[in-house]
Amino acid sequence: MSSEKVKDKNIVIQIKGLKKSFGENNVLNNFNLDLKEGENLVVLGKSGSGKSVLIKCIIGLMFTDSGSIKVFDNEVTELSHDELDKMRVKIGFLFQSNALYDSMTVRENLEFPLRRHWINTTKENVNELVLEVLNNVGLAHTIDMMPEELSGGMRKRIALARTLILKPKIILYDEPTTGLDPITGKEICNLMLEVQKKYNTSSIIISHDMNCVKITSNRIIVLIDGKCYATGTYEELSKSSDINIQHFFDSIIRTV
Amino acid sequence: MKSKALTNLLKETADLYLFTIRFFKEGFKPRFEVSELINQCFYIGNKTLPLVGITGFIMGLVITIQSHPSMKAFGAESWLPSVVSVSLVREIVPVITALICAGKIGSGIGAELGSMKVTEQIDAMEVSGTNPFKYLVVTRVFAAMLMLPLLVILSDAIALYGAYIGVNMKQVISFQLYSNQIFSKLTFSDVLPSIIKSFFFGFAIGIIGCFKGFSTKNGTQGVGRAANSAVVAATFVVFIIDLMAAQIADIFSIT
Ligand SMILES: Nc1ncnc2c1ncn2[C@@H]1O[C@H](COP(=O)(O)OP(=O)(O)OP(=O)(O)O)[C@@H](O)[C@H]1O
Ligand SMILES: [Mg+2]
Repeated sequence: MSSEKVKDKNIVIQIKGLKKSFGENNVLNNFNLDLKEGENLVVLGKSGSGKSVLIKCIIGLMFTDSGSIKVFDNEVTELSHDELDKMRVKIGFLFQSNALYDSMTVRENLEFPLRRHWINTTKENVNELVLEVLNNVGLAHTIDMMPEELSGGMRKRIALARTLILKPKIILYDEPTTGLDPITGKEICNLMLEVQKKYNTSSIIISHDMNCVKITSNRIIVLIDGKCYATGTYEELSKSSDINIQHFFDSIIRTV
Repeated sequence: MKSKALTNLLKETADLYLFTIRFFKEGFKPRFEVSELINQCFYIGNKTLPLVGITGFIMGLVITIQSHPSMKAFGAESWLPSVVSVSLVREIVPVITALICAGKIGSGIGAELGSMKVTEQIDAMEVSGTNPFKYLVVTRVFAAMLMLPLLVILSDAIALYGAYIGVNMKQVISFQLYSNQIFSKLTFSDVLPSIIKSFFFGFAIGIIGCFKGFSTKNGTQGVGRAANSAVVAATFVVFIIDLMAAQIADIFSIT
């Protein structure tokens, strides 16, 4: 039902015939994807199937071999460096490894993207925004700590806060809950849903965590052999009799 | 096997060349990361000043003590201050300072950028719409270019003071007389080439450190290798630049 609602909306990311290989290793082979406005799209795939590569191609961190990636009607593969920077401001990216700047405090980590874009020039405004996103992730007390003083889950949340601080229109999450305990994982998922509602963001979420997928997804794409193997809602896919798809849902039965 | 090592070396030289071109393309375009540049200048000065100062002092002292006997044998003892000061200012201090900086700054930059690279922090900067090349590379190279001449000038002064103490160990000479003797021989054309030279030393150290850091691969092991090879390459290039500077000075007969 919820997928019906998003069906008529604008497409914000459109990928057609994407190919990417590393030497002999064809990671993505004729991959297609549409992300609609306001939608949470989960990409499922085995480890090493090219999920991280996919979203790195979207944001222009990796060059593609062929195919087209359109983000807000910009062809990413043809943008100049400055145009790419402009586009990236509207896209949030949560790294699998968090990628916090480890020589900066939490506050500086969060201020870094802000100061670059002159969105709020006054000090008070910057401060306010930093505190707002920190409160969103429930870590206001860590503001003057260094990343290495934080636990893994806290780092993930700070990384999420840094992703959110520029109020992006699209967010790309690379395994937001991997390595977290189920409770923290669920908190992060709820946070992601909240963000989606509050700012009407569209997201691509990469995850192995089926509990998280169940909560957050509007639609799921299964990535096998570099192609879009199947697509559908959580309910549709969980009823599928295809063994390749069933594998992903097996894990939830075992872990619950 | 050998040809592969040679290919790698050539390939890396070509990459370094492209990296340098990129530096000139991006280094003079706005926006300028001024506050980060100032940070880096402080950082470089802070990190190297004590070592550079101590080494400069010892160099001045040792060179004077060791030159004393031979000068005495020629009966040219009174020439000691001027001869020592010229060799200190023209060659020894700039090169020693550059070598220390190649060790400290080169490896520091290589390791820092290398670990930022492997932990995806550089990617994170790029994704947040910041040009990491401008923020990290341009600032560090300019900082090294600015700071090395300053460090050399400072180290010159300390080394000359060390030489004064060295002279005073064998004969009593007033500081007034000592400095008169020095500055009668030491001219602007001794100081200027050494300053210009250290400017290039700074550039080489900065750009090589950044290049090695930026092209780090293979995780933590790669970080160590980046830091290490940054020092080796920077040291090597410092000597090459020194050689070229001597030739150029010779051509323009600023001897
Ligand atoms: N920089 C690179 N150079 C060479 N090969 C790479 C590079 N990055 C990724 N690969 C290859 O691309 C494939 C896909 O990697 P990717 O990181 O996208 O996997 P993934 O689906 O995100 O897996 P995981 O769930 O474990 O994070 C892997 O086989 C990997 O070896
Ligand atoms: Mg991945």
